Amino acid sequence: MNIPSELKYTKDHEWVKIDGDIATVGITDFAQGELGDIVYVEVETVDETLEKEAVFGTVEAVKTVSDLFLPLTGEIIEFNESLEDEPEKVNTDPYGEGWMVKIKISNPGEVDALLSDAQYKEVVGA
Amino acid sequence: MKNTALTQTHETLGAKMVPFAGFNMPVSYAGVNIEHETVRKAVGVFDVSHMGEFLIEGPKALELIQKVSSNDASKLTIGKAQYSCLPNESNGIVDDLIVYRIKEETYLLVVNASNIEKDWEHISKYNQGIGASMRDLSNDYSLLAIQGPKAVEAMQSLSNHDLAAIPFYNFIVGDFAGIEHVIISATGYTGSGGFEIYCKNSEVQQIWDKVLEAGADFGIQPIGLAARDTLRLEMGYCLYGNDIDDTTSPLEAGLGWVTKFTKDFVNAQALAKQKEEGVQRKLVAFEMNEKAIPRKGYTLLNPEGAEIGTVTSGTMAPSVGKGIGLGYVSIPEAKVGHTIQVQIRKKTVPATLVKLPFYKG
Repeated sequence: MNIPSELKYTKDHEWVKIDGDIATVGITDFAQGELGDIVYVEVETVDETLEKEAVFGTVEAVKTVSDLFLPLTGEIIEFNESLEDEPEKVNTDPYGEGWMVKIKISNPGEVDALLSDAQYKEVVGA
Repeated sequence: MKNTALTQTHETLGAKMVPFAGFNMPVSYAGVNIEHETVRKAVGVFDVSHMGEFLIEGPKALELIQKVSSNDASKLTIGKAQYSCLPNESNGIVDDLIVYRIKEETYLLVVNASNIEKDWEHISKYNQGIGASMRDLSNDYSLLAIQGPKAVEAMQSLSNHDLAAIPFYNFIVGDFAGIEHVIISATGYTGSGGFEIYCKNSEVQQIWDKVLEAGADFGIQPIGLAARDTLRLEMGYCLYGNDIDDTTSPLEAGLGWVTKFTKDFVNAQALAKQKEEGVQRKLVAFEMNEKAIPRKGYTLLNPEGAEIGTVTSGTMAPSVGKGIGLGYVSIPEAKVGHTIQVQIRKKTVPATLVKLPFYKG
């Protein structure tokens, strides 16, 4: 299972890449493997400012549907619209082309509470 | 949790294992979409050894089966199988099953894994006044489903019998993969043709290995329960626990074709009355008109927004390319061609009632 060391994680199996006050968010390799073949990623919260842990979208796999939780309070400034035609990128490249949203971070202090790769490994028992 | 005789084999193949009906079962290997397509276009093999098998024997065997099942088992000749239901006493269904006539006075009932104990108790209760011989073989027998348009051709080298000559819902007892006396049944739960093989637990590893070997040139792959569900749902086959259960009548579920009032059986009078008076709700099939996936438990609405029923099974249908579902709706709404709505989280999404199967081959 791939858990890159340069990323931050949540217990809800999202990854976060911090770049100044912008955070890029996706789901982890573990999460995509558990969900199986992903068929839709639905995000209808672009331009909204949401609290940490709010539902910002859903991911539909063939057999199951799962909510997506915002890892940090902030404004959702971009959705990866290429997932509308190629949702399978979440399966094939979860940390790259399968990214889901970009957030403008409201409260930088929340970043410290995210999990490190080592802490996330413990969450998934890797 | 129970294992099948092949659990270790699935784990070695890298299957994702899940608990299902008390068994540790493979839900997928390479991924549900690719497995689904493999069965639709080539051939796949499923370990479905969790299924239960009861042997009913003796001069009273047919009498017992006729009493507890809704279809007419007197029509079965040796070598034929029949889909049927076990009605309960309150207009519901104890289980759905397949009845095989093995010999003159020997029948095999194949039941759902989740219902083995319940079915056994139910049938035993009615056997008290009849006295047929009953044996539960569930823990001793394995079941492989070899399904897909290339199944016959891919498996022919494994048997001296002409597999292409076994008609749908017929079976033979013969040699397969070097094992004598296995049941080779032209049945399945996918709509893509093929066989189901019943053998002893001690024989199944050899059969599994030879099936994969013989099928290699035909693109055979192991298939998990996730694809089994998408394949069956594209055909509109009922799944016990979803589309039928203790509270749904066979008539509501569209199983009137296996409910034969020409004989007496458990709850026949009440069901005959229900048939005469007409059911209040019916199991219908629907396709989403937009990009959306219905799931079990979602509410169904009419175009005006009034609640008319509930989704019992739903999925993205890989071979249809749409979200599809089954659900019970009240009778005035249950007409093919009608538009309904599915409540999906905060949205209502239109869907159209269609005729089964969803997948037309």
